[in-house]
Amino acid sequence: MMENSIAWILLFPLFGAVLCSLLGMANRKFCWPIGVVSMIGSFVAGVMTLIQAIDSPAHEVSYVFGGWIIDSYPRGVGIEFRADLMAALITLVVVGIGLCVTVYAKLPVERETPGKEHFFYPLFLLQITGLAGICMTGDAFNLYVLIEVAALTGYGLIAIGGKRAAAATFNYVILGTIGASLYLLGVGYLYIKTGSLNMVGINEVIVSSETLKDSATMQVAFVLICLGILIKMAFFPLHAWLPNAYCHAPTATSCLLAPLVTKVMIYVMIRMVLTVFGVDFSFVDTPWPSVLPWLVVIAIVSAAVMALGQREIKRMLAYLIVAEVGYMVGGVWVYNYYGMIGSIFHIISDACMTLCLFLGAGLILEKCKTTHFDGLRGLFSKMPLTMTAFFVGGFSIIGLPPTCGFFSKWYLITGAMVSQRWEYLVALLFSTMVMVVLFFRLIERIHLAVSESGENLGKGHGDLGLTNEQTRFSEGPLTMLVPLLTAAAVVLVIGIYNQEVVDLIEIFLDPFDLPGEPESK
Amino acid sequence: MTAPVIIEDIRPFLAFLIPLVGVIGIVWAGEGRKNLRETFTFIAAIAQASVVLSMVPEVLGGVNFEYNIWQVFTNVPLLLRVDGPGLLFACVASILWIATTLYAVGYMRGLHEHAQTRFYAFFAISLSATMGVAFSGNLLTIYFFYEMLSVSTFPLVTHMQDKDARTGGRTYLGYLLFTSLCLLLPALSWCYVWLDGGQTTMDFLGDVGKVGDFSQTTQIILLFLFTFGFAKAGLMPLHSWLPGAMVAPTPVSALLHAVAVVKVGVFCLYRVYADVFGTEVLQSLNGEDWMIGIACATILISSLIALSQDNLKRRLAFSTIGQLGYVALGVTLATENGMGGSVLHIAMHACGKITLFFCAGAIFVATGKKYVSQLRGLGRKMPITMGAFMIGSLSVIGLPPLGGFVSKWYLALGALDRDALWVVVVLLISSLLNVFYLLPVAVTAFFRTEESEEDSGVKEAPWTCVVPLALTALGCFLLFFFSVPLLRLAGISE
Repeated sequence: MMENSIAWILLFPLFGAVLCSLLGMANRKFCWPIGVVSMIGSFVAGVMTLIQAIDSPAHEVSYVFGGWIIDSYPRGVGIEFRADLMAALITLVVVGIGLCVTVYAKLPVERETPGKEHFFYPLFLLQITGLAGICMTGDAFNLYVLIEVAALTGYGLIAIGGKRAAAATFNYVILGTIGASLYLLGVGYLYIKTGSLNMVGINEVIVSSETLKDSATMQVAFVLICLGILIKMAFFPLHAWLPNAYCHAPTATSCLLAPLVTKVMIYVMIRMVLTVFGVDFSFVDTPWPSVLPWLVVIAIVSAAVMALGQREIKRMLAYLIVAEVGYMVGGVWVYNYYGMIGSIFHIISDACMTLCLFLGAGLILEKCKTTHFDGLRGLFSKMPLTMTAFFVGGFSIIGLPPTCGFFSKWYLITGAMVSQRWEYLVALLFSTMVMVVLFFRLIERIHLAVSESGENLGKGHGDLGLTNEQTRFSEGPLTMLVPLLTAAAVVLVIGIYNQEVVDLIEIFLDPFDLPGEPESK
Repeated sequence: MTAPVIIEDIRPFLAFLIPLVGVIGIVWAGEGRKNLRETFTFIAAIAQASVVLSMVPEVLGGVNFEYNIWQVFTNVPLLLRVDGPGLLFACVASILWIATTLYAVGYMRGLHEHAQTRFYAFFAISLSATMGVAFSGNLLTIYFFYEMLSVSTFPLVTHMQDKDARTGGRTYLGYLLFTSLCLLLPALSWCYVWLDGGQTTMDFLGDVGKVGDFSQTTQIILLFLFTFGFAKAGLMPLHSWLPGAMVAPTPVSALLHAVAVVKVGVFCLYRVYADVFGTEVLQSLNGEDWMIGIACATILISSLIALSQDNLKRRLAFSTIGQLGYVALGVTLATENGMGGSVLHIAMHACGKITLFFCAGAIFVATGKKYVSQLRGLGRKMPITMGAFMIGSLSVIGLPPLGGFVSKWYLALGALDRDALWVVVVLLISSLLNVFYLLPVAVTAFFRTEESEEDSGVKEAPWTCVVPLALTALGCFLLFFFSVPLLRLAGISE
């Protein structure tokens, strides 16, 4: 198993899904244990892959499914999976979060979609398969297939939540399909011009050719691919599908999709920019680096302002995700070493902190039956652990040390400074302030006995105007609480060991010669 | 000054860690076992103070202790280092924590406050952060602990959990986080990115004056960002959070808003001016005079505002802003005496001002009165409290033989070193204003007869309130008579 671990990452959830739907028809109680076991397997394989990638001299692990790849120049068609350090890191995040949410899903699934476990878990596992596949595939067309795997299962997972979810899904289906089609079209152009679908193959041709970079077809391919990915990652103003889809989806679905889908698409963007098109083509031969940072500014500011207007935790978080997407896109397009480190690191840390927040919101929903701001008073005494973990995630989004959010934001700010992109810096700081307002407003609503309009609700001296029943200590069930606490711990651990993560990212970025790289490295 | 001898030692880290360990005990004991919980606070406070004090003799002998907690970035560690000024500040904060704990027990129980466990727990965390700031060895470290303090004091400021608490808390965090995230963080990042090709640690010992590599304009911008980024220092126009935060219970106001939080602010300023820029760079910097002007303006304007405040705690709050201005003034003067005077003033003012706050709280516990105009005749009913108030006032005003005199003396010397006579004039005017807004309080209490008979049953507050304030008042004398070690810690005399 050791040498093929990269394949096992995918095979565990894939066969898990098949088993789930077969055995689940016999007895629905089988689904959850199968899901957990296969995700544990996948997670272990993910860890092994990362270790192999670190140990191997080229810092890369590859695996060709069925041994089938057309051996030619340029490297041709086949099902090749390749995990360099960035891919291995982010795959590990994907399967880790997958494991976390699978454990967490037990109760919410029983409650929200009773009797549908044998539909839910297979889709759930396939979703993780798709997302992990996206991170490791070495082929531009396979990437499209896996994007569709993730998208189609995602539609199902959201729509299973009921009527309003179905309406939101419809929106998502349309936009998601447009995005994927644009991407496919772009890949088609690439194939015409380069004669390869393999990412390394395409890159070899682009780098060695003198004329290709001036070709209009290539420019169009680049724009189509980027546009498709931007829709998929909910980059403002292409985000319209996201808030409703995540709010009306079942708890377990939103906990899985919210941290991962947008982040994985940003990974795809970085993969396209660095590995497929190459740094020179993406940043020097296209006009995007001068345009995109300004779009990013608009995206961050608008999403942050819209988040301010929300009065419901999950909706607020959904808009925060849109703002965070702006952060990461900005980090890529300021075009320097630090910005790129910031973006990649932020993919990891944002996935963890968003997970933490959504798991927390799910627990609040479980105990309070609402995530509207008005129903939160007194939660610090009722669920101290949940709220502490939730606000660890919140502080990380704000960017307070020593959470991981501080460090990724630090690199993004540094990136903005090195390229002297002041507008991006201001947008970052602006949204940081908005997040301070968002989370401390939440703390106020929970901690203080004051209504939103400013009237005292209690009788003073810490009386919250609630019955003892409402403030008595009562945490959620362990299957939900443990994943949440793990997520909060991971947010802190990644923060404390940020140097180790950044070292890996630096090794990955070394061959690309981005500007701003310190001399002594 | 000769270069200090660096010794690896875990004690600075212990001073930081002890309150955090104490928190576990405090929370474990909980509301049900009050005496046990308070015992844990006392143990933590006393243990911290002893650890801090145990370092004094060696530091006086020219030793600096270092402890590397954690490697934050490849080249930047989270480093604790104990030097003279830092140790002086840590001593003041940790000793006053003991006094405040005693006082808090009397105050919180006297008023039957709610959620005392939360109160003591976050109090301890704040003290831990304060130690962190006092012992920080580089710019990034000080920023970390500075933020930790902002967040951990929020539950204390909003302790009452009502409308006023919300307003106060919003102002408090709004000012502090806005400045630290929008001004400080870019400034930090700027230094770390551009100096030495991104390889600098901004160490307070080794990298003094490195910012001198920047152009004059950049240096001024950085100085501006740092000066206002540390908004805890309460420099105008970013001072409004301080009076707003007075909604907190008095022990919080006393320790955090007269000693720990605001002093952390000015101490950070001291670090930036003395150990990031350094006196040489500052003196060659055109436009640095503006900062002196801002400090002087803060001193005068806040004193004038204090004159018009009838609420005693608010009056003290504005007085604090003025006194912080003194510290800021000392560092902006960028002379050795000025810097030393600033560090001294942190200690001297802390002792005087905490006495005043303790008295204000004791009056509130005993009589429920908050306004200066209500205090007529109280001096005869509460002689110890009002006597201590008088001593505290005189120390803040700066009369010998009280501690406040020493620091003001060195501040004035620092101004003369720079040939800034007008600064001395400002100091004199301000002392006069201090007399006008502080002495009437004690005078009203002692020499005006009360109008009504309704207060006839008033007597001193519980002994746990009175003893600490008597001790800190005594401290004001001691600081004057035993100021030599303080001077040496502050780096004024060898």
